[in-house]
Amino acid sequence: MTTLDTDARPVATTSTLDLAGVSRWYGNVVAVNDVTMRLGPGVTGLLGPNGAGKTTLLHMMAGFLAPSRGTLTLDGESTWRNPAVYRRLGLVSEREAVHSFLTAREFVLASAKLHRLPDPEAAARRAIELVEMTDAQDRRIGTYSKGMRQRTRVAAALVHDPQVLLLDEPFNGMDPRQRLHMMGLLHSLGDAGRTILFSSHILEEVEQVSGTVQVMVAGRLAASGDFRTIRRLMTNRPHVFAVRSTDDRALAVALMADPSVAGVELDKTGLTVRAGDYGAFTRALPKIALARQIRVRQLTPEDESLESVFSYLVEA
Amino acid sequence: MSTVSWITARGLFGRRRFLMLLPLPAVLVLLAVLCRSLGVDPGQWAPPVLVGLGLAVVLPVVALIVGTGVLGAEIDDGTVVHILTKPLPRWQIVLPKLAVAAGVSAVTVAVPLYVAGVLADSVRLGLGLVVASALGALAYSALFLALSLVTRRPVLLGLVYVLIWEGLLGNFVSGTRVLSIQQWVIALADRIAPTDLLSTTVSVPVAVVLTALVSVGFTVLAIDRLRSFSIAGETS
Repeated sequence: MTTLDTDARPVATTSTLDLAGVSRWYGNVVAVNDVTMRLGPGVTGLLGPNGAGKTTLLHMMAGFLAPSRGTLTLDGESTWRNPAVYRRLGLVSEREAVHSFLTAREFVLASAKLHRLPDPEAAARRAIELVEMTDAQDRRIGTYSKGMRQRTRVAAALVHDPQVLLLDEPFNGMDPRQRLHMMGLLHSLGDAGRTILFSSHILEEVEQVSGTVQVMVAGRLAASGDFRTIRRLMTNRPHVFAVRSTDDRALAVALMADPSVAGVELDKTGLTVRAGDYGAFTRALPKIALARQIRVRQLTPEDESLESVFSYLVEA
Repeated sequence: MSTVSWITARGLFGRRRFLMLLPLPAVLVLLAVLCRSLGVDPGQWAPPVLVGLGLAVVLPVVALIVGTGVLGAEIDDGTVVHILTKPLPRWQIVLPKLAVAAGVSAVTVAVPLYVAGVLADSVRLGLGLVVASALGALAYSALFLALSLVTRRPVLLGLVYVLIWEGLLGNFVSGTRVLSIQQWVIALADRIAPTDLLSTTVSVPVAVVLTALVSVGFTVLAIDRLRSFSIAGETS
């Protein structure tokens, strides 16, 4: 980690978000299906492919959607139709635009004033420093890059020092340095006792920021817990390859003898190979083919989409 | 000025559509000055200019642009979330926005109507039009602000009310005039500055009561709808 000025002040009291059997549907479409989870202090990643229901869940947590079924509370209070929760809660939504006609300082200061903070100027200054926007704070937001706008929104969401911070795809549009800084900031906020939940559809982002993950697939909570355990499940899952060669039958026989291969199917179009170890298989295949003088015409990893990885988790 | 009013006003004047407010009042003043300078009988030009253009077009259209802009534009571009994620009772968001909308509409419309009223008849008529149009601006603003929270097409619905209900039906079906803000404004202006140039079938008590009811009723509706404001999720 670089030398980041992202030291967050420890919070006096911690907050807990509780979801019990929460569902949300739009007509016949179920966006979130029977999700139960408890989020306490620390950083939690909400991981899932696009359309999994992450944003809907975050909006319900932030009080911008009523659950169709189930209960959702922050320290025992419902977040729906309850603006008082925003004293403890900050939201950085994915789509939210910013008032492009304001400068970052005006925007964050307006947030501080709307929160009725005793010293809004000092709170705004500190929040802007926290996201490293001090140098550009007097420029109109309309002139900012996407990453700078994102950091400005984070500053506005942090200006009242909330115990709970919800962020929807916070790393979108950030360059690597800004990303690193944001990750450090989230770490620091989590270590200081805040409850931080951020959504992402990118495994590596979640891996670098949080130890705890909630994985959503098709509206359901598919996995929950320590990221390393879930990551191990993902790495060790069988990988499927489509292979075409000059002699598919001979290649199938040879592949079955290799320990990296768990199974082979032969049909008119070629071979479908299930490998237990991605690296071992891709290293072994050329050697096996060369030894038998078989020419491999096509090697395509199948089923590598994030959706399939998550689906595998559901079955695991 | 509250922070909500300040952001609302900055947003309103910072958007290009604010420029759309300027031509109509300018045309109103221009026509009045032209008629007066050409010596046309006020009985001939005042009703179409003051009522036909001023109260039937300029007032509702300006109020529509501003009223749907103070909250509707923020809902459209997503910036409303910035204000809604604050621990403010929702009336503390709606009332400042309504005040900005009604204030801007009233000033934009009242000044040209005052000039036209003075040129047509007297200072008293000018002042009568100022007061009545300010009250009308409040009622229209409450209606259009609430519309921006109950429908995704507030401008279209607002235009239907102004053009179809007030403009078309009001001319052919006299009963609809009772529910026409335009007619209430005429009744109020005529009460403050009695003149033959303004005429309506709606009585002053009805106009006063309904103006108050619409202003309060739609404001309460807007506050309630803002309490339940939802953001559609990615799967919707």
